Amino acid sequence: MRALRQIAQITWVNLRNLPQRLGTSLVIVIGIAGVAGVLVSVLSMAEGFRHTLASTGRGDRVIMLRAGSDAEMSSGVARDQAALLASLPAIARDGAGRPLASAELVVMVDLPRRGQTDPNNVPFRGVQAAAFAIREELTVVEGRRFNRAVREVIVGRRAAQQFEGLGVGSRIAFRDSDWTVVGIFSSGGDVHESEIWADAEVATSAFRRQGFQSLTARLVDGSDAGLADLTAAVKRDPRFSIRVWREPEYYAKQSKVLETLINVLGYTVAAFMALGATFGALNCMYSAIASRQVEIATLRAIGFGSAPVVVSVLIEALVLSAIGGALGGGLAYLYCDGASLSTLNFDTFSQVAFDFRVTWTLLGKGLLWALVIGVVGGVPPATRAARLPVTLALRAS
Amino acid sequence: MRFVPLLLAGLFRKKTRTVLTLLSVMVAFMLFGLLQAVTTAFESGADSADAKRLLTTARYSIIELLPLSYLRRIEGVPGVVGAAHAEWFGAKYQNESNAFPVFAVDPARYLDMYPEFTVAPAEREAFVKTRTGAIAGRRLVERFGWKVGQKLPIASEIHPRAGGDMSWEFDLVGVIDAEDPAVQGNTDMVLINVAHFDEARQNARGRTGWYIIRIADSGQAKEIAAGIDRLFANSPDETKTQPEKEFAIGFAKQIGDIGALISRILAAVFFTILILTGNTMAQSIRERIPELAILKTLGFSDTRVTVLVLAEAALLLLIGGAVGMAAAVGMLPFLNGSTGGRFPPLYVETGTWIGAVAVAVALALMVGLPPAWRARRLRIVDALAGHR
Repeated sequence: MRALRQIAQITWVNLRNLPQRLGTSLVIVIGIAGVAGVLVSVLSMAEGFRHTLASTGRGDRVIMLRAGSDAEMSSGVARDQAALLASLPAIARDGAGRPLASAELVVMVDLPRRGQTDPNNVPFRGVQAAAFAIREELTVVEGRRFNRAVREVIVGRRAAQQFEGLGVGSRIAFRDSDWTVVGIFSSGGDVHESEIWADAEVATSAFRRQGFQSLTARLVDGSDAGLADLTAAVKRDPRFSIRVWREPEYYAKQSKVLETLINVLGYTVAAFMALGATFGALNCMYSAIASRQVEIATLRAIGFGSAPVVVSVLIEALVLSAIGGALGGGLAYLYCDGASLSTLNFDTFSQVAFDFRVTWTLLGKGLLWALVIGVVGGVPPATRAARLPVTLALRAS
Repeated sequence: MRFVPLLLAGLFRKKTRTVLTLLSVMVAFMLFGLLQAVTTAFESGADSADAKRLLTTARYSIIELLPLSYLRRIEGVPGVVGAAHAEWFGAKYQNESNAFPVFAVDPARYLDMYPEFTVAPAEREAFVKTRTGAIAGRRLVERFGWKVGQKLPIASEIHPRAGGDMSWEFDLVGVIDAEDPAVQGNTDMVLINVAHFDEARQNARGRTGWYIIRIADSGQAKEIAAGIDRLFANSPDETKTQPEKEFAIGFAKQIGDIGALISRILAAVFFTILILTGNTMAQSIRERIPELAILKTLGFSDTRVTVLVLAEAALLLLIGGAVGMAAAVGMLPFLNGSTGGRFPPLYVETGTWIGAVAVAVALALMVGLPPAWRARRLRIVDALAGHR
């Protein structure tokens, strides 16, 4: 009890005279804010990308590609095969009895980023009518859907943000075809928001394709058994050389390289940064405590125990680190949250856009790192100060 | 030079403090070295580009194919010295998609376009003569433990063989290498002989992905490129021809502004280090006010004392910076070994060293000037009397 009271007393005194040591305290706060800020920003990039991936695809949907092809870009599904696949019994149907399956083709179109002129590979997806019924998360947020059999497109929200000339009403020219943007769609922040969509039939003729590249469909039964039914049916039929993927599994695979790259970069930077700043913070704590040697010795001379002194110094360090951690996290939130970035996904060779996401978990992580630095930086100097013989410490000035 | 012992004595007056400061500076510069190496790697495509090389791709999208018959017509364009073609094979090796790029090429033509690649004459000869032959970049050969003479079973995700089988097999007859690390990233590939490939595949026979063109005079690049594109204008397969460098820059831009992202991270890192080191430096000088006063009493001029303090700051940052950069350089071979050709080789170029020195000097000035100024204005009597 007595120790607790002592801790409370010393801590109170320490915190009250913090403003008198404003310079040193501020340095510690800023140093730690720097670490937490960089950590949270870099990880928010990884988090944003992960979120985009995780929201792409639903468990009860499948994408079918040519066996041996792991990406739509390199796959091919002939027109007659697509029709046969869509009519398999394991695939769900709408009220009118039409299969909930959309044969799709994906081509790359060149579009400049906003304010630039260099071309970027933007995915252009031709979809069949069922595509909208299958993907319930898709909503047109501006304008309307494209009409069938005309050269109209709708553009994903992120693609419209990132690339030049994709507003509703604008016209875009690819090859010898002119297309009108009639709508902007959102689909829950997934990778399709980086795409341009048009009617599959119009797209096949405009881009001189014979067949499709993939077939996306909803399962009657989204469980493993339902998937196994479909896979077995596809395998049994010698006309097919097709592999069935659950959508989330497929899209996760599509971004593995980029995800690894972003994570490795993020965590390496954060780890080194934390290491470097810990040394710096340790230094500042050391000197802050060293300059208070006499004060600490005085406290001990008038009867305060060593442990309360150490604990109270530690509490002060934790308070400063917490302020730093919160400040850094806050700055990262202001500066990064919602900022969007488009980059080349090496697996699909096309652009994918995502937002930086500063989540509570990340802010928590930033704060935790800050506190760890506080403990590591605060305990050794405090212990040293408390161990020094009182007489010796009092004499030093 | 005779003041070096004095500087060192000042610096190591409190060993723990100096070592900690050095460590934090070191880590900051290690990050600088590593991140700049990443930027360099992303930009190496443009750096290693040959001004006398042009690339011709399909006009509307890089993934469209072009007829192989364009070769002769391109060679006929005035100013063109030679041309080669290549096609993306879409490799899948040991069940890993795009484990490495595979290009189907005409061996002699292709290698003639890239004099910066080194292939042993006998191996080049073997590649030209073997229809099922393949040569691979040295880093890939090391990563997979391949031996020249062995079979390479590589599946294609795009090109079935006649009959629909997606699996292919080639004979590894040689290794491609390059001296310059900026070029070496370009050798992380497998080349296969198009003669066999085009004959054996099921679809798209007689077509190729892109053309590589060598011209005599880099000053004429624009005109020649326009001349080539004019040849095929209004045909079903229109072309887009551009200097290799432009193509590489365009590709780097697709990845986005990695450089800007990294600069921002580094700015935050150095700002933090600046604050922490600045504080330590100021503290260290504050403690030594009486000593500085004694130096002045002994006859050190104000300027000399100022310079001493500044030199101490510079020494601190330069030592920390040098050790940090050396650590980065030391880590890179290890990092390159573990990525093994999935990522271009990382290396620290001269420019990065210059940058590191510039940053260290700038930081030294920012950290050192305030205490140096204080030391300069110091009045001996006050300082000795303990009035700080």
